[in-house]
Amino acid sequence: MVEANLSSPRVLLDRPREADDPRDSAVARFGADKPLKLDAGIELSPFQIAYKTYGTLNAAKSNAILICHALTGDHHVASVHPVTRKPGWWETLVGPGKPIDTSRYFVICSNVVGSCMGTTGPSSTNPATGTPWGLDFPVITIRDMVRAQAMLLDHLGIDTLFAVVGGSMGGMQVLQWAESFPERVFAALPIACATRHSAQNIAFHEVGRQAIMADPEWRGGRYHLEGTNPRRGLAVARMGAHITYLSDAALHRKFGRKFQDRENPTFSFDADFEVESYLRHQGISFVERFDANAYLYLTRAMDYFDLAADHGGVLANAYKGTPTRFCVISFTSDWLFPTSESRAIVHALNASSARVSFAEIVTDKGHDAFLLDEPEMFAIVRGFLDGACKARGLAPSEAK
Amino acid sequence: MAMLSRTDPKLTVANIARTPGGARVDLVRVSEMVERGAKVLDVGCGDGELLRLLSETRGVDGRGIELSREGVNQCVAKGLAVIQGDADTDLADYPDDAFDYVILSQTLQATRHPRVVLEHMLRIGRRAVVSFPNFGHWTVRMQLLFAGHMPQTDILPYSWYDTPNIHHCTIKDFVQLCSEIGVKMEKAVALNAWGTPLRFNAPWWFWNLFGEQGVFLLSRKS
Repeated sequence: MVEANLSSPRVLLDRPREADDPRDSAVARFGADKPLKLDAGIELSPFQIAYKTYGTLNAAKSNAILICHALTGDHHVASVHPVTRKPGWWETLVGPGKPIDTSRYFVICSNVVGSCMGTTGPSSTNPATGTPWGLDFPVITIRDMVRAQAMLLDHLGIDTLFAVVGGSMGGMQVLQWAESFPERVFAALPIACATRHSAQNIAFHEVGRQAIMADPEWRGGRYHLEGTNPRRGLAVARMGAHITYLSDAALHRKFGRKFQDRENPTFSFDADFEVESYLRHQGISFVERFDANAYLYLTRAMDYFDLAADHGGVLANAYKGTPTRFCVISFTSDWLFPTSESRAIVHALNASSARVSFAEIVTDKGHDAFLLDEPEMFAIVRGFLDGACKARGLAPSEAK
Repeated sequence: MAMLSRTDPKLTVANIARTPGGARVDLVRVSEMVERGAKVLDVGCGDGELLRLLSETRGVDGRGIELSREGVNQCVAKGLAVIQGDADTDLADYPDDAFDYVILSQTLQATRHPRVVLEHMLRIGRRAVVSFPNFGHWTVRMQLLFAGHMPQTDILPYSWYDTPNIHHCTIKDFVQLCSEIGVKMEKAVALNAWGTPLRFNAPWWFWNLFGEQGVFLLSRKS
């Protein structure tokens, strides 16, 4: 229950620590000579990027795949998470013999700028003050995240990516990569995403942010300094968002109107229903690993995303003459990033004569389907990458 | 799904003549009309058999559109660049001259607006290749004339009530449409039931009676 579990204020001392010195991660540090130029017109410097790599970079440096994580994800894509001790968030897709086969590809995944798992963000220490940035941290965009990733690649000495892959906010980064650095992206796999955040999605994000800011423990974003933590606000934000990641059908299949550990309603506001209990659990476990201010910044970055707006409102102009090959994937029950959004990407790519594949996968699991066991998605990702390997002159996949 | 699919799975597995190598004879004929290394759009590409043939034998840069989700997902999993889409509505999104060839194999009769589709094909591509079952074939005529029911043949296997084929035409009809919209016919072949081309100097009425399929290479009249 949210009330019982979140009422005791607890200073999460490990949050800034994880933000500055991430466990089980590689860290690239960029000094005053290499500032990150932000869309907000500010140069972020110094800053750092936490990342993980899997597999081996070949001699030609032609087998690198960048994986972009979603809103509350991180770089622990295919290995145990240092905070939750849970398996990597995309171990179904990434690993030896998996569709993104780490025995053939060199997989890189970095924590996005503005997050809280080791890449500079609002819970990192501001070098100017020695305390966490809080709301002094500049507002960042999807393009800023991609710029930072490009700097990481430069740092790693990788010029061209064989593929960029990501779902949801990760998919937005994939689309931004192909727009900002077309020559550096051989193949792009944007999954369950859109080229702009819809009004409905901005609205949901705003509810989440208001929940955080309405928590008295948020303290104008200075909770790290004041020894509080807006756990309740962040949990409510997560609960609301989590509903948008599922679907009516999936919720009904999973929970229906079933009661939680009881036969009859209690005529109270306890979590009578299983679905309530489930959501509360989602909220509670989320605050253990995520920072409230980072949630504000990252949702904002998604809200600002609008690729067409950067091209006079014509999306096709974003990809004119692109050399990148695309595979766009959507899910039938995803109402956060519905198929119509993916179709808009495909239309724009067709209009620029780009090489594009597009598959819609039937599932009732909603937006979250991209993180789950979806054999059809695995087959498509594998097939698309194998085809790209052939075109790139890389050895095709052996594991089937 | 069969109702929506432009390429009936029945057609891709049985009832249709194949080469010793296993390729569908009609698809081989279509592929022979395509220059090596060309950029090709296959409209109604089914499970991708023609795209694969074109890429293997002609080295083309191929793309596909397919109406059925199953067909699309099979194609993408094979590494083909295929999107889910509808010939009737989605061709309008492609820019002029985007392809060297636009192919419509066994799909024309299933479109709602065959004429518009044909016009779009020749706008998007410099050339178009169209193959379709000939409704003027003698077996079709005999069934209607003597048995008095809607024809069902090897390449038109559907019952009248669940067929995706809503605009049947004969070779003669198609030739007339081409002249109406000012399309240049560069090559024409009529195939018999074994996929063998009929004598090329035979008159049109002969093709129209004995050709089970027509395969046409078209270009714009400049």
